[in-house]
Amino acid sequence: MAWDLKPDRPIYTQLIEKIQLKIFSGEYPLGSNLPSVRDLASEASVNPNTMQRALAKLEEDGLVVTHRTKGRTITEDADMVKQAKNKLAQIHIFEFLEKMQLMGFSKDEVLVLISEMLKEMKK
Amino acid sequence: MNTILECNNLYKSFGNTNALNGLNLKLNRGRIVGLLGPNGSGKTTLIKLANGLLTPTKGEILIDGKKPGIETKKIISYLPEKTYLNEWMKVHQIIEFFSDFYENFKPEKAYDMLKKLNINAKDRLKSMSKGTKEKVQLILVMSREADLYLLDEPIGGVDPAARDYILTTILNNYSENATVVISTHLISDIEKILDDVVFIKEGDVVLTSTVDDIRDKHGKSVDGLFREVFKC
Repeated sequence: MAWDLKPDRPIYTQLIEKIQLKIFSGEYPLGSNLPSVRDLASEASVNPNTMQRALAKLEEDGLVVTHRTKGRTITEDADMVKQAKNKLAQIHIFEFLEKMQLMGFSKDEVLVLISEMLKEMKK
Repeated sequence: MNTILECNNLYKSFGNTNALNGLNLKLNRGRIVGLLGPNGSGKTTLIKLANGLLTPTKGEILIDGKKPGIETKKIISYLPEKTYLNEWMKVHQIIEFFSDFYENFKPEKAYDMLKKLNINAKDRLKSMSKGTKEKVQLILVMSREADLYLLDEPIGGVDPAARDYILTTILNNYSENATVVISTHLISDIEKILDDVVFIKEGDVVLTSTVDDIRDKHGKSVDGLFREVFKC
């Protein structure tokens, strides 16, 4: 199944986000082997060079490590993954808060709404 | 040598019409390139010149540094827009035919792909639908280990599900040193698998870029930009 990619943003940045999510969610566990560039590209139905570029960026950020003998693996550094995960969460929350502000909600109102919804979800 | 296809000031006229108007283009190895342009922009003419099926009116076209001829035909695998295979032939006969013709044709690759698409090698072309025929042709073309694949409208006649399979087939079957040129106007279907795009208009190149550069710079897909550049 091809990965769902949006038409208005560069493909490689979207690939980075998809792989990050797979790492955060545990679909790619810490220290596990990553499929080869070709296999990943084929899975996502994207150009292998684009996938290569995305992996290079993830490597630069430290989430993915390349070994000389066994190819690419996910980092074993749980702290680093947690940091990256928090960073992504902050970006999403920031966007959300901006939208709420545009709708005219105060900070307290937003908090009340969220805690009410969380209570609903528990039931 | 990294350039696989080069056009220098290339002209082709048919009577009073200029199909190509002094076109300059350089394509490197290891890329998947979309040759995009509206109807009548010169895409097929360019591909036919690269194959030696037409000769330039002026200027030159070079494949791996050589003029089109026997040597360049060995390294080019070409999918024409129209079928040229004999209707009465069975698929396995065509595969034998291709094996005799091309040193770099790999029959096992062809049989493998046929199996995945549930096409029976004992069927005659005549008994197949238009889409199935197109799939067979593409399989034949991609079963060669060529340096340059020239695909003229490879996905025009097949349904969207088969399109995806065909694109994956292209992705999985070109070597890292080979270049694939795909001419089409079904851009949104193929832009994910492209490295570079070449827009051609009235016989000349109006834009060459990587797909992600277009998305970065214009904030829209190649398909979106195409609609803007070629707005009628």
